[in-house]
Amino acid sequence: MKVIEINNDMAVVEIAGLRREVGIMLLDKVKLNDWVIIHAGFAISKLTKKQARETLALFKEGDFFG
Amino acid sequence: MDKILLAHGGGGSKSAELTRNVFQRFLSDPLLLEMDDAARLDGQVFTTDSFVVKPLFFPGGDIGRLAVCGTVNDMAVMGAEPLYLSIAFIIEEGFPVSQLEKILASIAGAGRESGVRIVCADTKVVEKGKADGIFINTAGIGRPLFKKPVVPGRIRPGDAILINGPLGLHGVSVLTARGEFGLRGKIRSDVAPLWGLIRTCRDLDIPFMRDPTRGGLAQTLHELAHKKKFGLRVWEDKLPIPKKVAAVCDLLGFDPLHVANEGKVVMVVSRRDTDKALKILRRQPLGKEARRIGEITVENPGRVLMATRAGSERIVMPPAGEILPRIC
Amino acid sequence: MKPWPFLRKGISLAEATALTRLAERLRNFPARPGTKIMEVCGTHTVAIRRSGLQHLLPAGVKLVSGPGCPVCVTPDSFIDEAVALARQGVVVTSFGDMLRVPGSRSSLEKERAAGADIRAVYSPLDALQIAADCGRETVFLAVGFETTAPAIAAAAMKALEKKIANFSLLTALRLVPPALQALTAADTRLSGFLLPGHVSAVIGRQAYDFLLERRLPGVISGFTAEDIISSLLLLLEMYNKDIYKVMNNYPRVVRDNGNEKSRQVLAEVFENVDAEWRGLGTIPASGLQLRPAFAGLDSRRRFAIPSETVRPRRGCRCGDVLRGLIDPPACPLFNKACRPDRPLGPCMVSSEGSCSAWVTYG
Repeated sequence: MKVIEINNDMAVVEIAGLRREVGIMLLDKVKLNDWVIIHAGFAISKLTKKQARETLALFKEGDFFG
Repeated sequence: MDKILLAHGGGGSKSAELTRNVFQRFLSDPLLLEMDDAARLDGQVFTTDSFVVKPLFFPGGDIGRLAVCGTVNDMAVMGAEPLYLSIAFIIEEGFPVSQLEKILASIAGAGRESGVRIVCADTKVVEKGKADGIFINTAGIGRPLFKKPVVPGRIRPGDAILINGPLGLHGVSVLTARGEFGLRGKIRSDVAPLWGLIRTCRDLDIPFMRDPTRGGLAQTLHELAHKKKFGLRVWEDKLPIPKKVAAVCDLLGFDPLHVANEGKVVMVVSRRDTDKALKILRRQPLGKEARRIGEITVENPGRVLMATRAGSERIVMPPAGEILPRIC
Repeated sequence: MKPWPFLRKGISLAEATALTRLAERLRNFPARPGTKIMEVCGTHTVAIRRSGLQHLLPAGVKLVSGPGCPVCVTPDSFIDEAVALARQGVVVTSFGDMLRVPGSRSSLEKERAAGADIRAVYSPLDALQIAADCGRETVFLAVGFETTAPAIAAAAMKALEKKIANFSLLTALRLVPPALQALTAADTRLSGFLLPGHVSAVIGRQAYDFLLERRLPGVISGFTAEDIISSLLLLLEMYNKDIYKVMNNYPRVVRDNGNEKSRQVLAEVFENVDAEWRGLGTIPASGLQLRPAFAGLDSRRRFAIPSETVRPRRGCRCGDVLRGLIDPPACPLFNKACRPDRPLGPCMVSSEGSCSAWVTYG
């Protein structure tokens, strides 16, 4: 979910028009427009959006560890 | 079983258990045992439903609109034109009249929209704390109009499974309207009367229709497949699941196939009439996004299978307990 | 570790992300016979069976479930404690899953039907709010692994900060690496581990280094079908080549050194303690208990909780499922006496339980 508002150690996050207030005290340096993974009412990890789009591993048969 | 649990009202396997083990020991009229959405009488269908949704008002509707559409749709999916409704209110002492008026306006509006006449009514008031605002019951009488009988006995392998639009909207609408799980947002329920849409197909060969309400699409498909000589196969990448529904389900760990709908009809259409049905449905506002989501199979009789995006397959089961109480 | 070492040069992203191509690769992979991979995390079990990925495994490869379901590994005695508290009139708040888990004589769902005040919450902060709002003694059932424990620690800190005196925690928090160490102490015939995604976001890749000395490869994986298939391919390849590494195949969420901040919050509130795991017995330093500074929040100190003699459920083999010794259908109760709508053991109740996943998705 995307961080759209920050109030001290809480933030409002949003996805597809839905919003929730979550704790951000478990992460360092959360900024507006960061994407975060939410669990049990807290942001527990930042999602690197660029890598979120390229999420796959594909490799030549047998040659990755060659 | 010595106490009723919330799970018994979920519309899933526990509800079925309650019906079989308790209710049917006392109420065993053969018409009732058929467990259709409505009872088939001589040239008529007759049905009833009660509405306990919380909250009373949600984006896209309210308990009043739900009370009309729910019963109208139970008749529509039997291929019957809804003619008359009865309506009964149980109101809690202290309930604001202004809210009652809003609900009544919704009821009248839904009645006009669906063409049904509300011809008898009753109201009771109970002490504060005993009815959570308002509960509504409706019962309906309709007239079968479909040329070919809508009975699962006529289903054949190769028949298509269709849905008229996106899944999961009502359930997540109510859930977010409750502010449950701290989620805020507006998602419009799909609650709507379906006879106007369904009647356009009355000349086609449609052996089965049902509105996937409590327990979602999975419950409906499971009930259809149960103990039959055919199987059902749906395709994961064809299931219309809107982004908002997917987001809520992902966040809260629900399966979108378990989430209630109130403006959807699942149809099993003969192979011959499938393309025609899709064309006709898509011309209607409530059928714009109609699509084929699966088929009836010879293999795996009695089961519902899903072909997954990954090119594999898995079974589809209905929800076990109460995933969301008081959804309709 | 290089970022994105896996993307082969010259393929378009669309090609590289084609799920069906990945599936084909997995189906045709020349695996060593007798390859047995443990999917540690219950969420992975569910994700695998929801997409039917077990059908894509090449010949000779088997996936087994692990102890990565916090509700499942919590002993029955915990439910009994919660039931006892509910009967004392304490408001019991919990993640939804726990409500239907059967204890020795009752469940929280049954107690609620009998009039106890039991509420499902999504976050320990919601539980704290309930305490603040109702003013009555409120307990939160603190169950979870390293994914959830920091959240509970943060809620504990907030409780003290806001001076909410009527709030306490009944803890059953568990740690994943000690459980894996206990599992692999003896020969398990395992070929590798599919490692949890979000637990790893907290503890980092380094927390699994002990697997290297056991000569067991591990891959930290996300939860999409693409994530899991690619992770399985990495594991199979490592096993084939006798390469023993712990790889991070979820770099968009997991950093090598995990989440330092979360671990700090955790360490401030909790300390390690020996803990009992269903199926695995007592594992040293595998659980968390409140530090002295937070001991006032411990439900076990605040209330007198009678201990119930735990009656072992005859026939229930949840413990063996959690160790990866059997598949759910091998339990005599599976899908007969024990079903999602009338569960006998936690593996059938929990949304991350293997038995529930097998019944629900096949």
